[in-house]
Amino acid sequence: MPILAARDQDAVRKEFQRIQGPVKLVVFSQELVAGDLCRQNEQLVREVAELDDRITVEVLNPQIDRERTEQYGVDQVPAIVVEGARDYGIRFFGVPHGYEFSNLIDAIIVASSGEPQLTEATKASLAGLTGDVHIKVFSTPT
Amino acid sequence: MRLAQHMAVASERVTATAIEATEFPDLSRSYRVMAVPKIVINDRVEFEGALPEAQFLDAVLRAVAPAGS
Repeated sequence: MPILAARDQDAVRKEFQRIQGPVKLVVFSQELVAGDLCRQNEQLVREVAELDDRITVEVLNPQIDRERTEQYGVDQVPAIVVEGARDYGIRFFGVPHGYEFSNLIDAIIVASSGEPQLTEATKASLAGLTGDVHIKVFSTPT
Repeated sequence: MRLAQHMAVASERVTATAIEATEFPDLSRSYRVMAVPKIVINDRVEFEGALPEAQFLDAVLRAVAPAGS
């Protein structure tokens, strides 16, 4: 049974008209750690990717694909990395339902263009950063 | 998460991780997540609730400022 209802699919397809280039969603699944959640996450990502042929999906198992998982800095499952022309450092830990789902869609669109929607002042400040910045955003589905 | 992920695209120095709090209770406990969204930057600056872009940026800059400044 699909996770996304027909009207959700239509809404996402409409959003995806703004996609400007290829996007890869790298999914991390480990059956023995969180089987149900990993299956749900993988299904949701595949359903999203089916809505636009510029989106591709790769599934990695942290226990098997250890080196690549480490390179991506992923230490939890389920997880999703959203990659555009490069790995921008966007990660989702946990199944992105509800509010996080719209952020996933937004992440796909911004990663596809590499053009963030921020003010010029913000972009200038970020360009001058001299240290690394790791932002964690905790949320719940509702 | 929206601002965080746009900042990640804007700068190679920025990463943005969304964490589903109920699926990772240990992580949420260690970061004392009582209300969502909760934003933690470099394990150094944290706040709850959505902030406008300018204030969010200010929090980012505080997180990389030298200690004591």
